[in-house]
Amino acid sequence: MTDDIVEEVKSNGRKAVGDLTIKFAGDSGDGIQLTGQKFAELASNAGEMVKTMPDFPAEIRSPIGSLGGVSGFQIRTGSEGIHTHGDELDMLVAMNPASLKRNVENVKTNAIIIVNQDTFTDKNLKKAEYEVNPLEDNSLDAYRVFPVSVTKMTMNSLKGTGLSRKVMDRCKNFFALGLICWLFPHPSSEVESWIKTKFKKRPELVDANLKVFQAGWNYGETEELFATHYTVKQNKKLIKKEGTRFVTGNTAVALGLVSAARRAGIKLFLGGYPITPATEVMQELLQYQDDDVVVFQAEDEIAAAGSSLGASFAGALGATSTSGPGLALMQEFINLAVIAELPLVIVNVQRAGPSTGVPTKTEQSDLLQAMWGRNGESPIPVFAAATPADCYDVTVEAAYIAIKYMTPVIVMSDTYLSASAEAWAEPNINSLPDIKVNKVAEDVEFAPYRRNPETLARAWAVPGMEGTEHVTGGLEKDGDKGGVSYNPDDHEMMVNLRAQKIANISSEIALPGIQGAEDADLLIVGWGSTYGAITEATEDLNEAGHKVACIQLRHINPLPDGLGDLLKSYDKVLVAENNNGQLWIKLRSEFLLDLQKLSKVRGMPFNVNEITERVETLLSPAVTGEQV
Amino acid sequence: MNTQAEPIALTRQDYLSSCDPKWCPGCGCFAILRSMTSMFAQAKIPTHEQVIISGIGCSSRLPYYSATYGFHTIHGRAPTVAMGAKLANPDLSVWVVTGDGDALAIGGNHTLHLLRRNSDVKMMLLNNQIYGLTKGQASPTTPQGLVTKSSPYGAVDKPIRPVLLALAAGATFVARVHDRDVKQMEEVMLAAQNHKGAVFIEILMNCVTFYDGAYESVTDKKTRSENMLELEHGKPLIYGENGNKGFINKNGKLKSVVIGENGITEDDILVHDAHSRNAGLSAQLSLLEFPRNPYPIGIFRQVDEPVYGEAK
Repeated sequence: MTDDIVEEVKSNGRKAVGDLTIKFAGDSGDGIQLTGQKFAELASNAGEMVKTMPDFPAEIRSPIGSLGGVSGFQIRTGSEGIHTHGDELDMLVAMNPASLKRNVENVKTNAIIIVNQDTFTDKNLKKAEYEVNPLEDNSLDAYRVFPVSVTKMTMNSLKGTGLSRKVMDRCKNFFALGLICWLFPHPSSEVESWIKTKFKKRPELVDANLKVFQAGWNYGETEELFATHYTVKQNKKLIKKEGTRFVTGNTAVALGLVSAARRAGIKLFLGGYPITPATEVMQELLQYQDDDVVVFQAEDEIAAAGSSLGASFAGALGATSTSGPGLALMQEFINLAVIAELPLVIVNVQRAGPSTGVPTKTEQSDLLQAMWGRNGESPIPVFAAATPADCYDVTVEAAYIAIKYMTPVIVMSDTYLSASAEAWAEPNINSLPDIKVNKVAEDVEFAPYRRNPETLARAWAVPGMEGTEHVTGGLEKDGDKGGVSYNPDDHEMMVNLRAQKIANISSEIALPGIQGAEDADLLIVGWGSTYGAITEATEDLNEAGHKVACIQLRHINPLPDGLGDLLKSYDKVLVAENNNGQLWIKLRSEFLLDLQKLSKVRGMPFNVNEITERVETLLSPAVTGEQV
Repeated sequence: MNTQAEPIALTRQDYLSSCDPKWCPGCGCFAILRSMTSMFAQAKIPTHEQVIISGIGCSSRLPYYSATYGFHTIHGRAPTVAMGAKLANPDLSVWVVTGDGDALAIGGNHTLHLLRRNSDVKMMLLNNQIYGLTKGQASPTTPQGLVTKSSPYGAVDKPIRPVLLALAAGATFVARVHDRDVKQMEEVMLAAQNHKGAVFIEILMNCVTFYDGAYESVTDKKTRSENMLELEHGKPLIYGENGNKGFINKNGKLKSVVIGENGITEDDILVHDAHSRNAGLSAQLSLLEFPRNPYPIGIFRQVDEPVYGEAK
């Protein structure tokens, strides 16, 4: 930790910080994710604004101690303005040499690095490709390094418990958690009761983890390694309220699906197939499984989409969650939902492609696949979530639109949103959009494709209902009656009707709010998970004296009315996205505007400074008026 | 959901839509549509509680000709749609109509998984051993050596045995019927309708345009008794014009024998046991193929097992 983030020294000697980024890192079997998540929850519950970002390898267990096996969990916490997980670290807790090596370049000068020195053996150093022990040369002089015997002290505190060395060793993450909870005082009682619940099936681990957690805490208390405690400034408005919980994007999606189906008064059916980073949506939903929530693990993504569409055909809210390669397999079924005009919610948690690509890393490169990845004229709504908690709102909105307009809707999330987390309060279900099923009109003869003149949506006639028996399918229709037709006039009419139906959705969509400076010289446009970095970059740029504004698009298809005029009203527009310019292609083709783009395809979310630097270049006198 | 307290007696005609079938004149599909709708009437299923789901192919057009709910989906994937519809509303009666290309080539994986889950979905595979809708290419059940548009020097691939595949997947109701015996089709379909769990019925069906006569020597009335082995649970495996041929177990294999020759009596003939949990005999029977052996027709397997999605 650097002293420059300390905002004040309180009367009790504690140093208060307003913005802290800390990372726990270690081997992928070290319990890093659990430790990091718990620390984030403690901070959030206490009233801090928290963003988290886990990173872990694709392999379940790379060789122990190797660089490939490093798992990390980054937490940024503060009182306000915390929109991202932080560019650089104020503090690193490194449980082995490999995790130090992997993360040290992200640590600020003069910041704190706590290392488990017991792991810095010749063998581990070699695995981490260190020629010299970094604790013994001068390579870490730029940081304040605190070597701690985490392993030894963990073992010592568990002497006589009869646990095997292996099991004892696994407890050492609780030592680190204890030490950090001492440093940033969080009530140990909260951790203790959590340990008791979390490990209740294995009482021996409850005792062991409690002991080790306490040992870590005591170590902080007695060793005087650190001259002081730190306190993250808290925001009274954020102190945990009843019903508030810490959610990842994937959890929020699952909850959004349950809420939407309840709101509509119909069953939820989710067909899924395991795929990183979307699997947790299906797993989370299993907790809610009952007569009204059906979760089905299919044999592949095609079957996941097919079963969900079958459930929609039978009157349930059909939904599925997947990632890019799975979406590719689902496209034929999504297209069937388009022509059959049935609701279907597809949540695509994007990862870095192409092909299997970098499966545990984030990217926004499925946008054009979602938009245009199907045969024929096949427009569907595509919405994007901006933050983990926003995944809930967008999913509910997607279900609302899917049911109201009888169409598949794709929700775009990504690895970053799927795994990062923030505090979220479950809304009252009655505050959600009123999701009404289109009933079959009783005053006219039934025709399966008779449309609501306003929305152009057909009614949802469902097997089990008497008198509305009909056959639907993938062949072109002849109009209201839904009979098969190969007539050119019918085909043209149906293509246009389906397109108009989707275009009509824009009447329900507002332009996104403009943040930042009025009369800005430059507008940053983003979509999805870049929200935090773009917002923070805009704030930083305006603080630095520039005039910059930003918008984050939630609705990519259809685009909100008036977006073209809005873009035209700025001298410069920069489209920033985690791909090589997919929204940029869409906006340029739609509005014939010379937009600039900022791309990143490194499997990592934007750092704030990557955006500010690009904007500063665009606004510098040397390039003003010129294309960059 | 609306359910009729006292269903009005429906006839076969009530299950036919106003849409005239567009199959080639003489296609086996006509007889199958007839049997299916007749079975619906016998089973007294209200039209609004019946769902027919199909994939792509000539046989998959069948839902359009039925007055029930129907979904003509995409190639090979009908079992997945059926699975979702059944789980969303377990009160529905759900049938999948598929063909040899649809269910065994592009949709092989879904067929396997539908059957192994023992979901209460009935599947009938109309096997004409050829791709009809695309005008005559080799299918997964085309016999080796057959010249088709995609096998000008004769089909190379070994054909799949649909019944053996269904048994291997653990289907709890497995049968084979043919399009020349409407009465038997109805009986087996009705038994399938009353079965709780995954049903697989292979229907030997003649494609009049692209592979006419594929089953002629088996299904023709004149040669049927000699070339077909009628399976009936609890009855001996006897066939032949004079009813004097049958199967015994020799060295773990089925062997055809003549009653009255070499000291063989009717008591030596194996008795068909479709209700055994052990599908071994059924699997052996599924390996019998014309012309080396008579072709078994009837119910191979019918056992009760826990049904997917229902409380045990």
